[in-house]
Amino acid sequence: MAFLELHSLTKRFGAITAVEDLTFSVERGSFVSLLGPSGCGKTTTLQMVAGFETPTDGRIVLDGRDLSGVPARERGLGIVFQTYALFAHMTVAENVAFGLEMRKVAKAERTRRIADALDLVHLSHLEDRYPRSMSGGQRQRVALARALVIEPQLLLLDEPLSNLDAKLREEMQLELRRIQREAGVTTLMVTHDQSEALAMSDSIVVMDRGRLRQDATPFDVYEMPQSSFVSRFLGKSNNLAARLGESGPDGAALHCGNVVLHGPKADLPPGPVEIALRPERIALTGPDGGKLRGTVAERVFMGNQWLLRVETEIGDMLVMRYNTGRREADIGETVGLDWNPADIRILPAETNPA
Amino acid sequence: MRRNGAAAIAFNLVFSLFMLGPIIVVIGVAFTPEGFLEFPPSGISLRWFRAILDNPEFITAAWISLKLGVAAASVATVLAVPAALAIGRGRFAGRDALQALFLSPLMVPTVVLGIAFLRFLSLLGLNGTFTGLMLCHAIIITPFILRLVLASVAGLDRSVEMAAISLGARPLTVFRRVTLPAILPGVIGGWMLAFITSFDELTVTVFIVNPSTTTLPVRLFSHITQTTDPLVASVSAVAILFTVVLMVLVDRLYGLDRLLIGEGKR
Amino acid sequence: MSARATRAWLLSTPALILFAVLLLVPLLMTFLLSFNSFDFYGGIGSDLSLANYAEVLGDSYFYEIFGRTFLIALITTLICAAIGVPQAYILYRMSPLWRSITVLIVIGPLLISVVVRTLGWAILLGNKGVINTALIDIGLIERPIRMMYTSGGIVLALVHVMVPFMILAVWAALQRQDPAVESAAESLGARPATIFFRIVLPQAIPGVLSGSLIVFSLSASAFATPAILGGRRVKVVATTVYDEFLNTLNWPLGAAIAMLLLASVLVVMLSWNRLVERRFGEVFQ
Ligand SMILES: Nc1ncnc2c1ncn2[C@@H]1O[C@H](COP(=O)(O)OP(=O)(O)O)[C@@H](O)[C@H]1O
Ligand SMILES: [Mg+2]
Repeated sequence: MAFLELHSLTKRFGAITAVEDLTFSVERGSFVSLLGPSGCGKTTTLQMVAGFETPTDGRIVLDGRDLSGVPARERGLGIVFQTYALFAHMTVAENVAFGLEMRKVAKAERTRRIADALDLVHLSHLEDRYPRSMSGGQRQRVALARALVIEPQLLLLDEPLSNLDAKLREEMQLELRRIQREAGVTTLMVTHDQSEALAMSDSIVVMDRGRLRQDATPFDVYEMPQSSFVSRFLGKSNNLAARLGESGPDGAALHCGNVVLHGPKADLPPGPVEIALRPERIALTGPDGGKLRGTVAERVFMGNQWLLRVETEIGDMLVMRYNTGRREADIGETVGLDWNPADIRILPAETNPA
Repeated sequence: MRRNGAAAIAFNLVFSLFMLGPIIVVIGVAFTPEGFLEFPPSGISLRWFRAILDNPEFITAAWISLKLGVAAASVATVLAVPAALAIGRGRFAGRDALQALFLSPLMVPTVVLGIAFLRFLSLLGLNGTFTGLMLCHAIIITPFILRLVLASVAGLDRSVEMAAISLGARPLTVFRRVTLPAILPGVIGGWMLAFITSFDELTVTVFIVNPSTTTLPVRLFSHITQTTDPLVASVSAVAILFTVVLMVLVDRLYGLDRLLIGEGKR
Repeated sequence: MSARATRAWLLSTPALILFAVLLLVPLLMTFLLSFNSFDFYGGIGSDLSLANYAEVLGDSYFYEIFGRTFLIALITTLICAAIGVPQAYILYRMSPLWRSITVLIVIGPLLISVVVRTLGWAILLGNKGVINTALIDIGLIERPIRMMYTSGGIVLALVHVMVPFMILAVWAALQRQDPAVESAAESLGARPATIFFRIVLPQAIPGVLSGSLIVFSLSASAFATPAILGGRRVKVVATTVYDEFLNTLNWPLGAAIAMLLLASVLVVMLSWNRLVERRFGEVFQ
């Protein structure tokens, strides 16, 4: 039995269904991300785990104990809010002390634990400062120390990095992961940022419109998306409509308009499907080589890589090339596109594209 | 931002004179050594300030106004803060009606409020009592507190309270340790505005006082409508001084403009 | 009822009780009182009739009082708008230091008792008052101009009492505008006057309208200023009600006059709001 389990969790606000039949679990000590576009029900899910929203249906079980009916105050979870929600009129140390005071921890032990928590987040030198005189990254650490000092069974993070600027965000990703490992605390993080989820998590739960779309390790979610939505939401992807022919021993035939491509063996019945191919798996060859011919329509230089949009017979294809210091194909140039057929993902056709 | 031109500065000067004129005149007249109103005074004398001491009814009235203001503002604050927390925290059935009711004393002409309170209190035999007066003032000043506290509540981050709850705080602890400190500037500002409003109130009060509960504005009013001697000017001058001290205090603490516009502390 | 609604009502209950008992009930009782009869020996009767309203509406004396009251309120409002809009704009453009000083001067008087401020005007406006004495001394006039006990004197003092409300309302509206719009207009070649009339003023209109509403309704029901500067000679509705209640002791008639004042102020407020919403609802929200 997993440490945290959500069983068929559903939440409705009047006519709006924010979360629908959501089931997943979190292993003890692991870091799990809840990933999805804004408005897909991530915060609502987190709030139900925290005890601030009551599920319309379904159960939440933490360490074998059903949480329904347990008030938020008694769940003993550490929460870091998107806005950090620091107590503006208290110093850093007072903020961190608050949870210990509520638990009536004796003075001596309190002082020790505050010191340990501030040490963990590298803020010991700022304990007498007020939040308003601190930077975003420092506030974030205070919020983290305040949540961790009560030694929570579970740490909940709601978009913890979204209020930081890009560079700090990358630093904090590593830092947050270090702190989580050192504290050894089971963590559930909500984010809409796929790169954040990929970089930080042991496992990712992808949500869309209140429903679970995939629950797997970062590598598997990226490499083996099970739906068109997941393939497009994580990273860049060329998605094309196709017809799946009969699968032979060496793979399947995919009909895209008048072109026939070869893909890996598929578990799907013949018929309409969607194929997905990552831009970084496509190689550029001379105009007469490769599997497809096209014309470079757009070219963007991104420092470590080039992004090209190539117009082909079956539609526009994005191609990503590492910048090796050599000249890259220019706009208007005719090129050939090549790839390993095993890199093609065959997905069920989307019935209701949104 | 562009600067004001010469015409604008002149306009501002004339307008400032217009606003200060009557106030300066009252203060000036208070210093006259003569027995009648004259401005500018022919000399500087504290005669009429000493005369206040010989007219204890003004001192008694000022004392009553002070007690009344403190009591009414405090009662109104205790009632308005929970109401503002309820109204400021999202919708519920009847919310708009409640808010309209609590703000309605601003809409009803004060003279109508005055006679309504008079009619009601005299039927209960409470007319002229301090308690009756205090409750009526509490009603008149509640809208001022409500508006300022509502503005503070609107600026409140709900997740701060959630953070406190998740750390194990009970509802009352959350209010005392987290919510109240966050809205405190609005509460204090509201209390002060309410106090000043009560302290200055005439139109309602004039209907519901009796000789033993006469407030300073009512005492001044009835004195002025009978005679205008320099005594009313010296009493007024003291009242002006008191208000100016309060005003500067409020301005430092909260910002006069935002207090009167009814916006929260930024 | 949801848990949240229950909690909200519970929190509002103390204030609700006070307002129900001490505001709604008294207003209702006053409304009923306005239908009672009155005679000087028997006091207030318990019968209900429209006689008081018939008396007020059938007497040109009362028409004059209501007419004067609303005329005074209207003129006061117009003057307040004419002075308050430029003053608010000047305030808006001041440096922070000057602004905080000017705020104390032009808005601070709001906190000083109306009685005290009106006393100042009484000293200024009397036949032997500051203004007349000064004018006679310079030789501009021979006999004092009568300003006490005139509607003009009341309007002057009311403007002094009410104009801070107009400034506050307009200023609040100005602060809501994007400070860059004026620079944008200037970069497109507009002169200062054009910027004021084409860019600033239109955005300040909601403030002018809400300020006007406040000034008008407060002026129409003002008591202290007309009582001190108008006395028995220039009566307005509020002072008439006061006399009926505390001198003549004809409470039912006083209540009827008060109810008519309440009704007309509410009608003006609601139709003004309706108008404002219809004209400006889409642009300003
Ligand atoms: N208290 C509420 N009342 C009504 N609808 C809500 C409430 N909270 C959230 N929702 C709706 O539920 C959906 C999911 O919201 P949320 O969980 O905040 O999304 P996310 O955090 O993934 O951006 C949204 O459509 C939102 O409008
Ligand atoms: Mg969210």
